[in-house]
Amino acid sequence: MSISESDVRHVASLSRVGLDSARLPLVVAELNGILGHMDALQRVDVSSNANEDATRPMMLADDVVGAVQLMRSREDMAPAMRDGFFVVPRLATHAAPEGNPAARAVDAEAP
Amino acid sequence: MSDEHVRTPADRLLDRGVAAIVEGVASGACSALAMVECTLNRMVSRDVGRDGLNAVLYVDQEGAHTEASLFDARDAARADAPLAGVPILVKDNIATHRLATSCGSRILEGYVSPYEATAVGLLRAAGAIVVGKTNMDEFAMGSSTENSAYGPTKHPLDRTRVPGGSSGGSAAAVAAGVTPVALGSETGGSVRQPAAFCGVVGIKPTYGRVSRFGLVAYASSLDHIGVFGARVDDAARVLAVIGQADAHDATSVHFPPVDDARAGQEEPHPRGTQPLKGIVIGRPEEYFPASLDPRIRALCDASLERLREQGAEIRTVRMPNTESAIPVYYIIAPAEASSNLARYDGVRFGQRRPGAGVQGMYEATRAAGFGPEVTRRILLGTYVLSAGYYDAYYRRAQAVRRLIARDFTDVFASGVHALFTPTTPTTAFRLGAVSDPYEMYLSDIFTVTANLAGVPAMSQPIGRIEGLPVGGQLIASHGDEATMLRIARALEFSLGVEAHR
Repeated sequence: MSISESDVRHVASLSRVGLDSARLPLVVAELNGILGHMDALQRVDVSSNANEDATRPMMLADDVVGAVQLMRSREDMAPAMRDGFFVVPRLATHAAPEGNPAARAVDAEAP
Repeated sequence: MSDEHVRTPADRLLDRGVAAIVEGVASGACSALAMVECTLNRMVSRDVGRDGLNAVLYVDQEGAHTEASLFDARDAARADAPLAGVPILVKDNIATHRLATSCGSRILEGYVSPYEATAVGLLRAAGAIVVGKTNMDEFAMGSSTENSAYGPTKHPLDRTRVPGGSSGGSAAAVAAGVTPVALGSETGGSVRQPAAFCGVVGIKPTYGRVSRFGLVAYASSLDHIGVFGARVDDAARVLAVIGQADAHDATSVHFPPVDDARAGQEEPHPRGTQPLKGIVIGRPEEYFPASLDPRIRALCDASLERLREQGAEIRTVRMPNTESAIPVYYIIAPAEASSNLARYDGVRFGQRRPGAGVQGMYEATRAAGFGPEVTRRILLGTYVLSAGYYDAYYRRAQAVRRLIARDFTDVFASGVHALFTPTTPTTAFRLGAVSDPYEMYLSDIFTVTANLAGVPAMSQPIGRIEGLPVGGQLIASHGDEATMLRIARALEFSLGVEAHR
């Protein structure tokens, strides 16, 4: 099996990594070099574990949700705060309400 | 070294290791503050900073001073803190408060975690003082520390060579004598391989023994926090402190104790006694291929002979699926990484770069933030998980991974207590010498198997070739660090200075 330029472009888009078209041939060659070694796995006889579950159960503790002690306050992590809320930029799809001075004030504070 | 003319009591304790420091600080002979001062001085005199070996990225001078002073003021705490006054360095992918956690990556430059890793919290509670963060391959992807966005770390014995990786900064700092211990992390050998290259001890515990809460995820089914030590006892004492089940990490479970740290305080075994009587050590043929450097083979066999002299039975064993380990690892690890690293998108985490629309912003952020190896593994991982290739690559790799794990189960069920192998196929190579990605992957050929199976493993110095250290690897069964460390202590004692000659 080998990977083509269009495969790499598709995979880069799926993984949201911008890839310079100048670098593309090199990346394709490197990935094919690596995948060539992976083909050895096709020759391994795995029939002896056909009866086992797909994933061998891993020892796991109960997943208990607990509070994590923060070393910094919430306020410290927020770009801006107002009345105990995070102030964030308005989404492009949400127009600012006309003639609402409070909304304009929040917009002005947003980072 | 240049600082040797002003040897303070703290200097002497630092050279003698964790047990001596704890005894000195607990008895009041030396303060934790003096230990911290001594460590900070050595960071300068041994040139481990950004413009020297580039092993240490961030130093918490003020925080270390404050913590050491507070510790010194608490008389009650001093007497029974298992790591009283021990200075320690932490790899840059383990969350610490105050200091940045940047994973050797541009994308997390300046990021300070709002919480601290469980392992680091346990260290502080035991009296250890975190003095800084160490350089690493970006997101722990690499075997030489050349993939760090902050420049490569250099080998302390030869600056034209690599210290190994990905925890190369921690290994180099311990080898340079700055701290007796450091935390690292392992996904495929990132503690043991640099430990071997730098001539220090590196332990990868059983999967699940040390909580990964606060360890930045790379490949979650393979990631471990590991420990470096100047000697076996140093690393064992730190592992005993951090090896505790933690409610914040569901993969962290209870295991039998690591090792009674007191073992190190016992009188050394007199020559001629057989401390390893009843222990069976396997020598897996597949880890000694015909292509192995004959000098590495000879050093390993000399170590096995030492173990035999101490009463251990040496048995040749077979691990038939070993040769599949690298292909399996480089399918599973990138697959998991492609998912774990999705969070660095400029919104949830990461330095944002502008781009056309949301997808454009993501792509620009990730293109600017990730180096070539991380990009390569994300692409590879996304590819092996994509429709049409999942069965051929990912599912297949999982099936072969089970065969590799079964090799270990079978050999330990046959009465073998531990395996002894070389840690790496070569000694430290030159900076820039390995440019082919797959050739670099092969430096982990003897170490990835233990990550795939989850069993504990460690590397310790067993000699040198042309002045460069060689590591010998011990691998034990799940949860049996105690036997592994017992053998390691006996070998270390038996080799003595030979291990470093």
